[in-house]
Amino acid sequence: MSVLVGKDTRLLVQGITGSAGAFHAKQMIEYGTQIVAGVTPGRGGEKFEASGGAVPVFDTVAQAVKATGANASCIFVPPPGAADAILEAFDAGLPLVVCITEGIPVVDMLRVRRVLEGLQGKTRLIGPNCPGIITPGGCKIGIMPGHIHKPGHIGVVSRSGTLTYEAVGQLTTLGIGQSTCIGIGGDPVGGMDFVDVLELFQADPNTHGVILIGEIGGGAEERAALFLREKMKKPVAAFIAGTTAPPGKRMGHAGAIIAGGKGTAAEKIRALEAAGARVAPTPSDMAGTLASMMK
Amino acid sequence: MKIHEYQAKQIFARYGLPIPRGYAASSVEEAEAAAKKLTQETGSPIVVVKAQIHAGGRGKGGGVKVAKSGAAEARELAQRILGMQLVTHQTGPEGQKVRRLYVEQGLDIARELYLGVVIDRDRRRVAFMASTEGGVEIEKVAAEAPEKIHTIHVDPAIGLAAYEARQLAFALGLGSKETLPKFAKLMSALYEVVVREDCSLCEINPLVVTKQNDIVALDAKINLDDNAEFRHPEWRELEDKDEEDPVELEAKAAGLNYVSLDGNVGCLVNGAGLAMATMDIIKHFGAGHGVAPANFLDVGGGANQEQVTKAFTMILKSPKVRAIFVNIFGGIMKCDVIANGVVAAARQLGLKVPLVVRLEGTNVELGRKILSESGLAIQAAASMADGAQKVVAAVRGGGK
Repeated sequence: MSVLVGKDTRLLVQGITGSAGAFHAKQMIEYGTQIVAGVTPGRGGEKFEASGGAVPVFDTVAQAVKATGANASCIFVPPPGAADAILEAFDAGLPLVVCITEGIPVVDMLRVRRVLEGLQGKTRLIGPNCPGIITPGGCKIGIMPGHIHKPGHIGVVSRSGTLTYEAVGQLTTLGIGQSTCIGIGGDPVGGMDFVDVLELFQADPNTHGVILIGEIGGGAEERAALFLREKMKKPVAAFIAGTTAPPGKRMGHAGAIIAGGKGTAAEKIRALEAAGARVAPTPSDMAGTLASMMK
Repeated sequence: MKIHEYQAKQIFARYGLPIPRGYAASSVEEAEAAAKKLTQETGSPIVVVKAQIHAGGRGKGGGVKVAKSGAAEARELAQRILGMQLVTHQTGPEGQKVRRLYVEQGLDIARELYLGVVIDRDRRRVAFMASTEGGVEIEKVAAEAPEKIHTIHVDPAIGLAAYEARQLAFALGLGSKETLPKFAKLMSALYEVVVREDCSLCEINPLVVTKQNDIVALDAKINLDDNAEFRHPEWRELEDKDEEDPVELEAKAAGLNYVSLDGNVGCLVNGAGLAMATMDIIKHFGAGHGVAPANFLDVGGGANQEQVTKAFTMILKSPKVRAIFVNIFGGIMKCDVIANGVVAAARQLGLKVPLVVRLEGTNVELGRKILSESGLAIQAAASMADGAQKVVAAVRGGGK
């Protein structure tokens, strides 16, 4: 049991012949993820060789799905074509699309988001600008270092890649395993939100507690707080990055910016604490804070 | 990316948005010539001399002045504004040096309104915000009289609908037979500017109605979405390096995310979230002791050794840095790449301040070996908290 991905996930990789796509496809296969197809327009018919196996490459996502029964896609297509790649995956009817690409124009993502809303839950999008999703010991889709994870019962959801690794590393060091870890990405407009992931964790009997990692900018943490207050029955520890970030500056992620005085860490911490989450005093205490709630 | 008012207005003009007549100038002579030309073209002696800096609040800071008697007066005003250190609520107390002017025709203003377009992250739509309170900061209106702000959200599948433009027109009192079509046309052009030119923000404050019932963008502010740079080669021409922090520009050219801060601990981190969290934890342990981060620096996931060397060199060169904290959780980024970059830069420039390194993740053993064999005086940290406490102690020890 886990959330969204597991041993039965049949993955296709869009952009499998590019350098990032090829490197991470190999890593995913080594972790045990079933990669059944690759897609690169114009390279259909080739084979992607990795770890002694060969993955067939197709020209279009629709062909790949039809031939292999793929049920999830991981996208490594560079920014100019990334939004289009997401739309192609939607059109092929895939239930899960994970977009790793960083640097997609926000105007493109507004259109993608509009199409996603029209699909009414038939497809879920994770990302873009995210590390992906992993069910430890079952399936890894994305770029996270697999070896730091350990199967278990804590869900992790985060807007930041390396800060997710930090939380997972802390959990594993304490001997606490993870059910599923999801990076929802650092862009202002994307797919799954904290609330969408929290709903899944709440419903998953294998998830016993959650670490939520937010950062400055936007109102996603405030919406999460509302969900925690009204629906969440499992313990949630949180951390918000950017308490010391100056207003008006983009802190690496396109979405991490305090604009017009809105989206500060202090507001988010206040909302989460008021909703019953325990906020870690420093990023070194994320796992410890959750562990103290699980006793 | 921010651009100047005159550049935003040039974009507006390409889309048929009404703007006052005006010319950019970078010397007093050019400003006088521009004013002369304007008075001839318009038949009016009234011109406005406007400082061009990348910050709002220019009028209040003394960077916008009206010349009522033509070119000679405009020249005097230009002399005063050009080269001044303009301080506004957005520049910080040190202000920003004025290097360019925009000389514009004066208008007979009947009303001042506000019109802005933003990306509404919560609704995932382009949002138009309009208010009858022109010339006032929209944040102030939102706080004091939110009912005066009218908002519409545009469905990207449809684009701006005519009825939406009408809704705002009536809300602003622009529903007359003369003004309604002019406003609707302006709205539709503005939407095109936002989606075609990849704006993350587009603001007209004030949007004015003249005594002749024309609707004109008296000011223009555009922020461009950095992510869309790949499809706008023309943006290179719009960039004004004088307005940017030189260290941040240097970092950007090397493919690094860097933001200058006021503190004394140089930080080198991989990943934006971890980089922010590193700043936070330094402040957490250092706040009572005058220790704070000197910078945000995310070397990214795919940086090579040259980029890491460059990043570490930038920190070593900063005069305000009294200790350095390298905090890495390697995923795609391999710890040995970081270690090699740090060692290369430290050998080149010498390491004159304490260095604390915390390495975790991919190839961590190899990275630690490279550092320990380098002969550099490096304090290894077992965790983020341990590293932050060590770097705070190092700054305090060095200050004695």
